[in-house]
Parts: sequence; structure tokens; C-alpha cells
Amino acid sequence: MKTVNIMIVGVGGQGSLLASKLLGHLLLSQGYDVKVSEVHGMSQRGGSVVTYVRYGDKVYSPLVSEGEADFIISFEKLEAARHAPMLKAGGQIVVNTQQIDPMPVITGAAEYPQDVLSELESKGVKIDAIDALTLAKQAGSVKAVNIVLMGRLSKYFPFEKEKWIQSIEETVAPKFVEMNKKAFLLGRGE
Amino acid sequence: MKQLLIGNAAVARGLYEAGVKVVSSYPGTPSTEITEFAAKYDEIYCEWAPNEKVATEVAFGASLAGARSACAMKHVGLNVAADPLFTMSYTGVRAGMVICVADDPAMHSSQNEQDSRHYAIAAKVPMLEPADSAEAYSFAKAAFDLSERFDTPVMMRTCTRIAHCQSIVETGERIDKDLLPYEKQPAKYIMMPGYAKKKHPVVEERTKALSEFAENCEFNKVFYAYNSEIGIITSGTCYQYVKEVFGDSVSVFKIGLINPLPIKSLIDFASRVKRLIVVEELDPIIETHLRNIGLNPEGKNLFSNIGEFSQKDIKKILLDKQEATVCADSVIPNRPPVMCPGCPHRGIYYVLAKLKLTVLGDIGCYTLGATPPLNALDSTLCMGASVSGIHGFNKARGSESEGKTVCVIGDSTFMHSGMTGLVNISYNASNSVVIILDNSITGMTGHQQNPTTGYNIKGDPAAKVNLEKLCNSLGINRVRVVDPYNLEECEKAVKEELKAEEPSVIISRRPCMLLKYVKAKPALKVESDKCRSCKSCMKLGCPAISMKNGKAVIDATQCVGCAVCEQLCHFDAIKEGGEI
Repeated sequence: MKTVNIMIVGVGGQGSLLASKLLGHLLLSQGYDVKVSEVHGMSQRGGSVVTYVRYGDKVYSPLVSEGEADFIISFEKLEAARHAPMLKAGGQIVVNTQQIDPMPVITGAAEYPQDVLSELESKGVKIDAIDALTLAKQAGSVKAVNIVLMGRLSKYFPFEKEKWIQSIEETVAPKFVEMNKKAFLLGRGE
Repeated sequence: MKQLLIGNAAVARGLYEAGVKVVSSYPGTPSTEITEFAAKYDEIYCEWAPNEKVATEVAFGASLAGARSACAMKHVGLNVAADPLFTMSYTGVRAGMVICVADDPAMHSSQNEQDSRHYAIAAKVPMLEPADSAEAYSFAKAAFDLSERFDTPVMMRTCTRIAHCQSIVETGERIDKDLLPYEKQPAKYIMMPGYAKKKHPVVEERTKALSEFAENCEFNKVFYAYNSEIGIITSGTCYQYVKEVFGDSVSVFKIGLINPLPIKSLIDFASRVKRLIVVEELDPIIETHLRNIGLNPEGKNLFSNIGEFSQKDIKKILLDKQEATVCADSVIPNRPPVMCPGCPHRGIYYVLAKLKLTVLGDIGCYTLGATPPLNALDSTLCMGASVSGIHGFNKARGSESEGKTVCVIGDSTFMHSGMTGLVNISYNASNSVVIILDNSITGMTGHQQNPTTGYNIKGDPAAKVNLEKLCNSLGINRVRVVDPYNLEECEKAVKEELKAEEPSVIISRRPCMLLKYVKAKPALKVESDKCRSCKSCMKLGCPAISMKNGKAVIDATQCVGCAVCEQLCHFDAIKEGGEI
């Protein structure tokens, strides 16, 4: 099979590491070759963060380049737009509609572009927008935005729901498993 | 067992299985997790040393005592450890010793992108370079046999895309290594001129032997493509990009032992291809070697020596191909990293910015104080340079700068290499004000303990350096502690110490907001009818505060209730009671 390229993008501190851990765990259990590249250090402090997940029969590069991503999962609107050039033709964006102003917007040096998602849609980009923050609150914690988005992403993959849930059970700290399962199902719309 | 491991965890597993007994390191992105993962194995004694030089010497001592040992650091940490490294090349080892160094091409979290391969060549020690986690694991393990066989410390170089990339590793079992008996060998371990002169030729002979070893060693792999004219010589993560683009359609010489490089086998490879290309990030190390042995490859004439590569670069440069992309028409504002909401550094930086002081900075989360709107820093060079630097600055400008210049340094960085600078300030008498930003943790690298926190790497209670007494002992009489959440107190202290006729230390003390034991207070909110849109609170650069429809608003999901902004509001508009 051709290697599938997934990008998880967001703002440092939003929990993208757990999302990539969950995906990596699931894909490994399905017998694929997998590579996941993470971001540590300075950009974790509120900066724009990117994690790449690639899987297939044999994966060489740990990175995804411009025009190669099959999926972009964005934890924040602006970050989806920032990384849109990474998407391949026909690729899918799954985006949390939350707006988090970056510092240049806060200081007034730049403006947060409005309607940036519809702008991309008008160019033929497939966008699945979801209010993951509200769903995460419903599940019990604003921190569950990552797993809500994984729930939505799961709809695009052929793996059984149970496999995803099993991966949640095996990667999340025991006391948060139930809350995250709830978040996952809410993300799936179940 | 098959596992998905980041390169650093794979290195740690390799150290464990090689029977390593002692690991000493100083944290530094992207190397930090090697030591954190090693500390999870009870069979390995692990520690955070105050700096990389100490860590490397601890590992040397352990090797001398007969135990396999290792240390890990980032590329710039190797500058600090260079002193023991160069002479350990002469002494060699007793039990095997490995120095892990992680480079950071593209400077994801670093102040420069120096290429550590130069050090292996300069110090004349072998260096391995794995290309994924499986190799990070197997090379780390094999490095100890190499170290013992050739009587030399072995360096293992990774980069961000190896260190922080997860790939599949099949792990094995630990081989327990008994301590080798200790023998006194003055001619081997005492490097005074008489003995060192005899060791230098030994080092040169060893390099020749290693070059011979490199010709057929397990670390280098050659693949000949059927009917291909192109031959690529590469290593590490670049190998993956080459394979991603070309698969098996070009011949590839993959180098795993980056120093010393082989000669005969490379000449042989070159003779079998028509077009010889080197793909390497940063400096032309492989390319220069090839030129030295009479070959004429393509390399830096095509590829940059700046930043990191990806498959995109290979595709574009060698195949002239680019993928089609879409992008939004709107301008997408940057999202630079920022200090977190409730960061204790923010309050003191606000005061320094308000007083328009010249501020010599250092390495850590607090480097982020350099960004707008605080713009609070004037320089950042390397670990400890703020304290040494302010002394030079004040010696150069005298009383003109003494009353309006301070330096800032974190608790961990102060222990790393700020102390010696402070001794210089007291000994050579400059009227300097040193501010220690004591957030009770090594922050930027992800919360490592250090000698001022009272805990060791395992989280067990440990001796705690008392910064006040330490500074007193180093000759500073004026030492005071302030709470950076209290702006008035901070301003008063800074003004008074700048006026004082002797050097002083201000310890700005409050634990990092992200520490588990620090509990956030309820979020604050802005009562918008009271807000006069003066934007005083915006001067803090807190990511939780923004202007919406002309009024300040606080994002309750981000606010941790530090109440520094409340102190800046002239209209009493900031109150408790923010709702998520």
C-alpha cells in the first residue's frame, strides 16, 4: 500500500503528543510500519506545533512535505490554514473551530483572518469543522479536545471502533480512560 | 518485543541492554529523554549533573572504575564537555564509554546549528550516526564493544528527526556486565606531558586502525541499484529522505560510522556509478573527506548547509519535481512560542521593560522575554553568558551602565555555568545586578530536577543548594528574594539594587506554573463596563488576555489566576470569577 500521511497541528500545550501516541499505538497494532515525529522544547510553549504520523508497508522519512498530507488534524482554525499547503490534492482537513489568538494578534501587530476556512473550501479543500472544545467540556475536560478530534478522524479510517477504544485504554492514564472514551465517541458523533 | 520508540528511548534501551551502570547528563533538547528513559531502569544509576562537563567526567570516572557508562547532551552541550572529550581520546577507557550528542538542524530549540561531526574529527574519536530508532538502539549497544575494542570513548550523533521520531524497534535482553577490576595505570590515565606525548601516537595509530575497520564494518551499508548511474552517499535522517524519493532505484552508500570514514570502499563505490552525490545536512563533512581521497562528488553545490532537509529538498533538487499545493489568500500571522499564562518570569520582565533597562539574557524559557510586547532582552549567547557578560559590559561602560543594566539567568542555568561568572563579579568588583529567575525547575527542556530543587532525577529528595547562601559565599553581600507576582516589590528591589554601590543578586522566586504541585487559582475576568481600553494589561504579553471589540478579555481556559494583570489595571476592572 501507499504510505498514508497524517499531520497533527495545533498550539503548543493542546495535547498533540497524546493524539500522536494514540495513533501510533493503533497503527502499530494493525501491523503497519509507522513513523511519528514529535516536537519538544521551545515550540511547546504556546507556539505552532506539528506532529507527523506516517504509516504503510515501509515508511522511510519521518516527515511530511508540502502537498503530501492525506489528513491534517488541526486543533485550532488558524493552524489549519497555516498548514493547508501541506495537504495533497483531495486530502482532508479535520479542524477544531476554536480560535486561539497568537501573540502578534494579541499585540495588534497582525490580524486573525476571519473566514479562513471558507476561503480554503472555496479552493476545493475538504474541510470537516467541529467544535471540539464544547464536546470536550461535555466529556468532562477541556483537555480532551485531542481525543474528540481523534474520534472524528476515526470516521475516515477503516479500523473498527473497538480498536481505537482499545488503543485509548492502552495509552491514556487509567483515571482518564472513561472521560477520553466519552470524548472519542462524542467526536465520532455517537 | 516490537515497540514504537522515539530515538532517545531507543538509545536508552541500547544503553540498558549493553549493561551500562552509570549515566550522567545535563538536559538539552533534543537529547533530554535519553537520560529520562535510562533513569526508568533500576539497573542503571542515572543523574542530572549540573553541566555537560561534569556529566562527561562522571562517565569517565565510572569507566575508569570498570563500569560501562554514558552521558548525553545537545550539540552546544558538547562545547562545554569538549575539555574532557579531547583528552579522554588520549586516555581511552577502562570499561566502554559512550557520549551521545544530539544536533538540532533548523534550530527547533537551539541558539545555533553547529555540526557535532567536527568534534569527532577534531578529538579523533569514532562517531556513530543512526538513521532511525532501530539503529539508535542497536548502535548504542554496539558502541560499547567498539569503545572497548579500540580503547576509546565513542560518540553517537543524532539529530532532532532521529531523537524525537518514533519508529519500530525490536528490543532484546540486558547483558549484565561485571565491574572490571580497577588497576592503577599512570601512563594511561595521567595526562601530563611525559605520558601524553607517548599517548598521541597511540591515538593516531588507533585512527588508522579504525579507518581500516570502517572499510567493512557493520555500521556502513552499501546498496547497488540495478542499472542505475546515480550513487548517493548519505547518513542519518538524510538516508531516509533519499530512500523516500528514490526507493531502490539508485545506488546508496549509507554511512553509520561517520568518523573515521572509509577510503577504499568509498573509492570502489564511486567507481561503479557515473554520478556521485553526497546528501548531508549542515557542513560538508562527507564531501570534504571524498575530496581529500581524490573523488569529486556533487554535494553542497546542490544542497544547502543551512537548516534541515526533507524528501521535498531531494525531490526538488535531484528530480526537479514539486507537489501541487493550495494555500489561503489571507495573511496567516505567525505563532511564535510565548511564556505560558502565569509564568513567573513575566512579572519581573514587565518591571525590567518598564524601567527601560539593558538586560543581558541567558538560555531557558525566559529567553522568550525577548519577544514583543515585553522586548525585555538585549542579548542571549550561551549558558551562563549573562552573568559573565554583564561584568564585561559594566567594566567597559563603568558607572554610565551600572545603574541601568541587569542580567537574568535561570536557577538551572546558574548552577550550570552562572556561578563562575558571579565569582568573577565579586572578585573583580563590578557593580553588577544579577537576577536569578528561580522557578524551581529546569523548564524549557521539560521539567528536569537540578541541584536547587531538592529532588534528584528519580524524584527522590536530595541535597538542595541554598542560592542565597551560595551567592553570599561567592562574595556577594547584597542578596534578596522577591516574588515575581508582586510587581511593586520587584520594582522596588530592582531600583534599590541598581543604586547600591556594590554587586548584588536578586532572586526572583516562584515555581513554574506547569509544575504538578502548583495549583492554578480560579480564572480572572474583565468587567467590560469598567474596562477603558487603556491596554495596560496587554503590555504583559499574556496569551490569556486579548482585545475583543475594543475591550480586554481574559480567556478563562488559559488564565491561571496569577493576578499580575490585576495590578496593572487602573480601573479595577479585573476580578475573580472567570468562567470556562
